[in-house]
Amino acid sequence: MSTLLEIKGLSKSYPGVKANDDISFAIQEGEIHALLGENGAGKSTLVKMIYGLVKPDGGQMVLNGAAYAPAKPFVARSSGVSMVFQHFSLFEALTVAENITLGMDDAPNRKALSEKIRSVSESYGLPLDPDRLIGDMSVGERQRVEIIRCLLQNPRLLIMDEPTSVLTPQEVEVLFGTLRKLSADGVAILYISHKLDEILALCDHATILRMGKVVDTCTPKEETATSLAEMMIGGELEIHVQTEFNPGTEVLKVQGLSLPSTDAFGTSLKDVNFSLRKGEILGIGGVAGNGQDEILAALSGEERVATDMIVLDGTGIGQAEPNARRKLGLLSAPEERLGHAAAPMMSLSQNAFLTGRIRKELAPGGVIKTRRTNRFAREIIEGFDVRTPGIHVAAKALSGGNLQKFVIGREVLQAPEVLVVNQPTWGVDAAAAASIRQALRQLAASGAAVIVISQDLDELMEMSDTFSVLSEGRLSKPQPAEGLTIEEIGLMMGGDLEGTHHVEA
Amino acid sequence: MDFSSLDPVAMIVLLIGAATPILLAAIGELVVEKSGVLNLGVEGMMIIGAVTGFIVATTTGSPMVGLLGAAVGGAVVSMLFAFLTQYLLSNQVATGLALTLFGLGLAALMGKSYNGIKPPRMDRLNVDGLTDLPVVGKLFFSHDPVIYLSLVLVFAVWWFLNRTRAGLVLRACGENHEAAHSLGYNVQLIRFGAIMFGGACAGMGGAYVSLVRVPQWTEGMTAGVGWIALAIVVFASWKPWRVVIGAYMFGGITILQLSLQALGISISGAYLSMTPYIVTIVVLVIMSADRKKASLNAPACLGKSFHASH
Amino acid sequence: MLRLEQRPQPSKTMLYMTPVMAVFATMVVGGILFASMGIDPFRAIYLLFIDPFTDSYNLSQLFVKASPLILIAMGLSIGFRAGVWNIGAEGQFIMGAISGGAVGLALWGSTGWWILPLMAISAALGGALWAMIPAVLKIKFNANEILVSLMLVYVAENFLAQMVQGVLRAPDGMGFPESRNLGRNDATSLPDVFTPLGIDAGGVVMLILLAMAFFLLQKHAMGFQIKLTGESPRAARFAGVKPGIIIAVCLGISGAAAGLAGLFELTGAAGKLTIDFPVGYGFTAIIVAFLGRLNPVGILLAGAVLAGTYIGGENAQFVLKLPAAAVTVFQGMMLFFLLGFEILINYRVKRLRRAV
Repeated sequence: MSTLLEIKGLSKSYPGVKANDDISFAIQEGEIHALLGENGAGKSTLVKMIYGLVKPDGGQMVLNGAAYAPAKPFVARSSGVSMVFQHFSLFEALTVAENITLGMDDAPNRKALSEKIRSVSESYGLPLDPDRLIGDMSVGERQRVEIIRCLLQNPRLLIMDEPTSVLTPQEVEVLFGTLRKLSADGVAILYISHKLDEILALCDHATILRMGKVVDTCTPKEETATSLAEMMIGGELEIHVQTEFNPGTEVLKVQGLSLPSTDAFGTSLKDVNFSLRKGEILGIGGVAGNGQDEILAALSGEERVATDMIVLDGTGIGQAEPNARRKLGLLSAPEERLGHAAAPMMSLSQNAFLTGRIRKELAPGGVIKTRRTNRFAREIIEGFDVRTPGIHVAAKALSGGNLQKFVIGREVLQAPEVLVVNQPTWGVDAAAAASIRQALRQLAASGAAVIVISQDLDELMEMSDTFSVLSEGRLSKPQPAEGLTIEEIGLMMGGDLEGTHHVEA
Repeated sequence: MDFSSLDPVAMIVLLIGAATPILLAAIGELVVEKSGVLNLGVEGMMIIGAVTGFIVATTTGSPMVGLLGAAVGGAVVSMLFAFLTQYLLSNQVATGLALTLFGLGLAALMGKSYNGIKPPRMDRLNVDGLTDLPVVGKLFFSHDPVIYLSLVLVFAVWWFLNRTRAGLVLRACGENHEAAHSLGYNVQLIRFGAIMFGGACAGMGGAYVSLVRVPQWTEGMTAGVGWIALAIVVFASWKPWRVVIGAYMFGGITILQLSLQALGISISGAYLSMTPYIVTIVVLVIMSADRKKASLNAPACLGKSFHASH
Repeated sequence: MLRLEQRPQPSKTMLYMTPVMAVFATMVVGGILFASMGIDPFRAIYLLFIDPFTDSYNLSQLFVKASPLILIAMGLSIGFRAGVWNIGAEGQFIMGAISGGAVGLALWGSTGWWILPLMAISAALGGALWAMIPAVLKIKFNANEILVSLMLVYVAENFLAQMVQGVLRAPDGMGFPESRNLGRNDATSLPDVFTPLGIDAGGVVMLILLAMAFFLLQKHAMGFQIKLTGESPRAARFAGVKPGIIIAVCLGISGAAAGLAGLFELTGAAGKLTIDFPVGYGFTAIIVAFLGRLNPVGILLAGAVLAGTYIGGENAQFVLKLPAAAVTVFQGMMLFFLLGFEILINYRVKRLRRAV
């Protein structure tokens, strides 16, 4: 087997962050090569450079012995590099054939194309009916359309970005069959994923990224899930240093929480169970897209569930609307800062009113108390070191870190009984992140219960008293965080729901 | 009831005449909406077409040249809307309304000196042997050219949207403009073209009213037909052939009033005139209530502004 | 090569300047239009835009004409802010006039200070209920409120025609399709409050309601929810805003305002219900709402400007033989320019220099 693609010292920086730092590795012809790493490790940027969406700052690529520097995806495709994205570019009201035509640079006529679609899709075990509407197809079937669209252009390298995050176990098997056949036909596959057991089962080689650098390469067949997890996490995980953890009485109980997803690309929650005590921080880990937004929506009240699926202080609140929950002390901070947690065009003062109205009594009888609202906004800014010219500045003018401090501070200052935060330090600079974590810890220490949903394992290990992982809409049984080993975390992320960890009493 | 005073053939012919302006405007708007744009300025474009067509026809003496002039007039005035919404990202609802108000005023201004003038007559089809056939002759072979043109246009639109690549790309823009853009298509330019086509069609629809149906020029003579055309597009679930059905149905309801009078049934004219509008509302509700069906037929990006952020 | 670049913060200057720029641009382009028609552009522009504000007689007329526009626009703007598009204000205007007028006609012959307020309440209810039709259809069936409210305008017009030919027809009116003249009957005619400025009772009510609208939007939680719904629907949901309530409130308020305006027109300027009663205020009010940037103070000013063009137009028609339609063209032009300049609020125009 000869080398198909060689990456030499590829680098890319964005303002404030070095996304890829001197990355080097090679992919052989017909090889299934895994690209492994946590979110933010630099995988997306790397493949975007290979596919021509982003221009590298330094380094070079060699494809089939010749210099390779695609300026656009079109060039990448004509050189034989194709990519199946995590988020599809499909048109729901159009047929399979029409979708494929639109995405092809040189499409044959209708009849010929339909023929080709049928034969190619069948020969690779992903049969497609060219005349079906995308809107009628499941997510797994839609992915087939994306894959076939790539295959019809005869790629030598197929890049797949988190392909199994939207597939059922059966569909995963079918996909693997296809990929193995492609590999046997000499097509190389660059496979981006977190799912350790899949990589073990499928891939010939793996390159592991962490913080923009290549930290390891290996042959999965010679590894175990544990060793892979260790390489991915870096083995430098701060083992949790526990300060006083004296949990109080139970304040929140979630039992049998199931919520079908309304969005085609969303994740349905299935039978989520956990219990939260006063003063406890529950950390929920897991890669994005496994139900994080849905859990937050169920807890905030944006989505309603059966009354007793969520019980707060003994009262079933599954059907309660957001402000009723705020009144009872259940607050939340969603992941999306602009457009969800805060209204981008509105001032900080108005955004303070947005959620603070109930608990801070900012509009008794309906009339807005402007001075009180402004005071609340100022308290947030001063208490949480939000860098801003004033409270009348629009939310979207703030930097990510400052806005996040504001959003978290807004909820913390309302003295919640339970606070749920989704990705509290995503896209936030280190200093702001540290102060946010500190604020959450203090909140718990004062007796509130906190749920932190995050993809950052370091952060979760630093803060959590109890730890659990969200995987495909299911929550693993929460374990005490103290003494949790990386091996156990890795297993939980791979889908082990029961957990084997015990704390010595 | 005296049915002998009813002439069904004559009624159908009248019906087709009443329906044709709606049909022309609606089929144009269908293309616009398929590309993802909601243009509420149909009424404005129609009346501009009516006056432009009238002026050109009386000046050149040819009704067909007048029709062409109307198409040009409608397309030109639609460019205001296209430029504002596609390149200046203005609100589509407000801009469409502005187009209607502006169009109504401008048309009145342009048509000032043309009140009461009779335009050149448009000849009806007259084929030896065919036109003289009883019933069939009147129903199929004795219409003016515009009626035949309108049906050809519907076919052409259907063929364009469903059988050509350009039509596919246009539909893609209406379905998911982000995806279309990421696939390399110039969404704004495509929509611009669609809007101009809609303007041309609406213009011709208006000219039909001023040159054939009435035929005369009066201020505001389109009387809300442009709005009905908008509703017809929804009624037709954005499918070209259904537009014909919808337009003819509406032509029928308008003619119904006359036939009921002829039958000696006295239902007040005002209540009857309401029916087309009430029926439109009912139809709208039925089409929108089934969210799954509605969402599958309405272009997903209808009304949303697109800004390429690159 | 020009390019649009997003501004970090919306430009406050542009927020206030765009309506002014729109008016000026209209004057310039309008002037050119006049010149091309052989009319003295400076004279025409003066008559249309400046004269109405200089003469004391004109000023009183200004208020009379601006009042209904401002009242309706105020109601509409609340809905527009939330993304609820009530285009059928003309229909609600008519139905309000019919409801209020019917009460007045039913009580014909009686006197009492309570008659007019009762008519007003009836008118507001009539307009509000008419607007609740698109509201309910939108909430329950997701039907587009633009088309429904618009269709109802034509239904209302026909209903009016039916009423003045039948039930509401003046019994001693020689068979003409019109009602009794409510404007000439003391009990049902709108009293003047301050004649020199043309302020009548309707004008006073309008000012009170305008102040209330200002209060609602600036100081009340419901006003905040309305603004939030229009700006950021997802954040609104997060904040616990119930969309159905917003839709109902916005359409109800704008319908009531339009209905009231209809009654004031009936008991004031028009006097009686006829087929020609609707004069298009419901549509012009939309322009007023946008020109006034959906803001009560702005609407007050924009109403004055548009009323000014009506008065100026009438004068110009008389003096310069300017066709009446020219005014509508101007109003449409103003809206176009405003919509065009609006982009400057959130975007900067940058000239791209060619790469060396």
